[in-house]
Amino acid sequence: MSVIYIVLPLALVLALVALGAFIWSVKGGQFDDLSTPSLRMLHDDEQIRKADEDDENDADEAKKN
Amino acid sequence: MVSSQTDNQQTKSSAKPVACDHCGLPVPRGLINESADKQFCCNGCKTVYEVIHACGLDPYYSIRQRAEDTGQLKKQKASTSSRKYSEFDDDKFYELYCQRLDQLRAITETESQEDMDETSGGRFAIDFYLEGVHCAACVWLIEKLPMVCDGVLEARLNLGKSLVRITWDRDTVELSKVARMLDSLGYASHPAQGSEARLIRTREDHKFLIRIGAAAVCAGNTMLIAFALYAGMFSWMEDQHRELFRWLSLAIGVVALAWPGQIFLRGAWAAIRTKTPHLDLPIAVALVAGTIAGAAHTFRGVGEIYFDSLSVLILLLLVGRWFQHRQQRNADDAVQLLFSLTPRSARLVDCKEQDESNITQLFDNSECEVREVPIEGINENDIVEVRAGGVFSVDGDVFAGKSSVNEAILTGESRMRDLVVGDHVCAGTVNESATVWVKVRQAGEGTRIGKLMQFVEKFAREKSPSVALADRIAGYFVVIVIAIATLTWLSWMFIDSTVATEHAIALLIVACPCALGLATPLTIASGIGKAAKLNILVKGGSALEKLAKPGRIYLDKTGTITKGQTTLRSFSTTSTQNKSFTDTQLKAAILLIEQQSSHHIAKAFVEAFCADDSIVDASYDLKLGEVEQLPEGGIVAEINNKQIVIGAKRFIESRNITTNTNVDEYVNSIINEGLTCVVIAADNKITAVAGFGDGIRNDSADAITQLKQLGWQVGILSGDGQEIVDEVAQHVGLNDRNTKDEIKGGMSPEDKLNVVKDHEQSDALTVMVGDGVNDAAALAAADVGIAVNGGAEASLSAADIYLAQPGLTGIVELLVLAKRTTKIIRKNLLISLSYNVIAVLLAAFGLINPLVAAVLMPISSLTVISLAVGGIWIGGKRRL
Repeated sequence: MSVIYIVLPLALVLALVALGAFIWSVKGGQFDDLSTPSLRMLHDDEQIRKADEDDENDADEAKKN
Repeated sequence: MVSSQTDNQQTKSSAKPVACDHCGLPVPRGLINESADKQFCCNGCKTVYEVIHACGLDPYYSIRQRAEDTGQLKKQKASTSSRKYSEFDDDKFYELYCQRLDQLRAITETESQEDMDETSGGRFAIDFYLEGVHCAACVWLIEKLPMVCDGVLEARLNLGKSLVRITWDRDTVELSKVARMLDSLGYASHPAQGSEARLIRTREDHKFLIRIGAAAVCAGNTMLIAFALYAGMFSWMEDQHRELFRWLSLAIGVVALAWPGQIFLRGAWAAIRTKTPHLDLPIAVALVAGTIAGAAHTFRGVGEIYFDSLSVLILLLLVGRWFQHRQQRNADDAVQLLFSLTPRSARLVDCKEQDESNITQLFDNSECEVREVPIEGINENDIVEVRAGGVFSVDGDVFAGKSSVNEAILTGESRMRDLVVGDHVCAGTVNESATVWVKVRQAGEGTRIGKLMQFVEKFAREKSPSVALADRIAGYFVVIVIAIATLTWLSWMFIDSTVATEHAIALLIVACPCALGLATPLTIASGIGKAAKLNILVKGGSALEKLAKPGRIYLDKTGTITKGQTTLRSFSTTSTQNKSFTDTQLKAAILLIEQQSSHHIAKAFVEAFCADDSIVDASYDLKLGEVEQLPEGGIVAEINNKQIVIGAKRFIESRNITTNTNVDEYVNSIINEGLTCVVIAADNKITAVAGFGDGIRNDSADAITQLKQLGWQVGILSGDGQEIVDEVAQHVGLNDRNTKDEIKGGMSPEDKLNVVKDHEQSDALTVMVGDGVNDAAALAAADVGIAVNGGAEASLSAADIYLAQPGLTGIVELLVLAKRTTKIIRKNLLISLSYNVIAVLLAAFGLINPLVAAVLMPISSLTVISLAVGGIWIGGKRRL
């Protein structure tokens, strides 16, 4: 059972890594606003493309005019 | 757009409402444009739709639709203004609200650092508080700003707070243009006040969260170790492993106490130093006793270690506190952001010539220009322009122009005061009817309102903090527990001196009021959360606790019981009816005419008559001719080729329209009631007389009856004249003999403060409800100050609670909620104390062992948590 002398400190190191990651995310402001990001991810990618196309279309039309 | 046109046709036949193509609200029938593809309920929606479409942001509507389908959307009209926001480009403004972000630029560009400091350009960031943000689609739209506005680098919206952070490049775009773009999308922007304070608080939040994280790591690991140790008790375990586990447990336990647990030790120390009881004290006693005993047992190699329970305890208590802290912060932030809505700019008049004697003439010759500048950039003797409907931002004298001013916010007086050249005006009051120019005497902190604010701040600081119920009990608790512990120790010394210390320490540990420490913050947090759902912002938990017991409640009149604006109170046609118009036609005619004016009386007429569909319908059949507003105080207009004159009695007489005794009598009776009288004449004959006053809110009478039923003594403190106050009191059912003394008119801010302070000395609770600056001092001095919707900045900062909805119904809801919250806190106190009594008794007789403690603690915690959270939300629905 001497493996415990390695495994137990290892478990503690893992916990410390997790704590480090948590501190990093808190300081990065990831917990500052809990409601908006959930909405943001719902429509980000797909809609940007649409808007881009519209912009291009508008620009094209402007050129024609 | 075939579909909307068929909609229109249907409207004509079956009156089916047409939905606005921007906001989805029904379009008023008068605004339906049958030839257009799209229908809009107002100009704001139309403008916003056009801008969105022109920028290619149409996907907004599909996102909006999705939000609407999932029921997350509250429909609201978009409103735009033609504000120029030019004050946003002022250097003073940059200094006050903008942060410079130049580091990035220095890397990407080859310019040297010195060159950059010389230019005024560069990257900046600002927090704007936006009006009109309401759904997921707004997030999308606002964050697309960099795509439609060159030079904007990023826009990040916090939906909960309506706060957007904009990063932009000053070389490419001016901030005023960004603000105008936001405005044209329907979001009026205000620079957010208190950015620095918010930053500090965000850092505090981060610290708190990290503390919780650390506590969780400690708790998780000690629990794992404890699990192994408990398992080892029943099965075989090598001694060296057991020792290792115990030493590791000690190490983690000490970390837990020294890092996340420190907050309790500090709290306890502060409680001892200031000699105020605090819940931290018994908690700290248990934590320290447990750690010392555990450490001693680890060194000796025998006996219980308590580190698993202790670190879990620290985690749970921190989590409970975090919930309360966050709810209070949310309310506080929301109130803070409301400050941002108060105008921070003034329209400064710059004249090339120093001779400003005839300003209007100078304007005609365009020798003067008007610039918007931040208030901070205004100096004495500057000339400031204030438009109709605008707020005076400085103290000063009217220099040119003629208008009327609404000083309700300062004096509580609901009647308008006429302004002529030379009159003094105060910052914070509202210019009602026409543009005036003011010569500045004082700006900023030197103004009367600024001085009042300082007074209020001083008062709020001096107010002694109240001791929460749980903390008061904790005071006795410590004394009793330590007494029993000593007694236990002494008794066991006679029986078996080897175990005496152990039993006494076990008692100290199990007596830790963990359920209490967890339940109170959780209950208050759910109470505040529930209040926020009801549009009531509670800034501190103790206010809720205090409101549970009925006492004395003083209401301000103007803006609290009443609407605080002119409304039509009586309208009657005279007996000598003119046959040119029927009653409805006459009202329709007045509606049409008054829509052309911005006078407060005109607005009141429009508001009153617009609500009646038959009048609106009748107005479509009338033909409005020329409308002339005369400076003497009246309007002359033509309807269906007949002349209609609306104005004060004097004005009517001056136009050679004869009155009779009947009319005179009626006019006098209206004036005697404290109302403003307006006479209407058609075809040179007086046809109607109208009375105007401050309209009582619809819910006031009901709310006051309910307040009385709840056992509160209701009084009115108003700056208005006694006879007006009496009339209002009569309307809301406060005219019986008991309350007669508490209906007080003609009160100055100092009088109000004194009334509140006098009652402060008696034991009964005093609550002040108000909205104006004139109430601010009393709000700060009262046990609980409640500011109502539409209030001035000063009253917001002075009050403990802010009602974000108009009317008094919110107060009744608040009081019921406060009662329920306190009831649950008490229930929880009882439950957790009885658990403690059982545990302490067991410990005193030496019957406690870690297993019993391990079972008792989670059970008691679970009971109180479920009561705290469930009691407010589930029970709340039933009663409210």
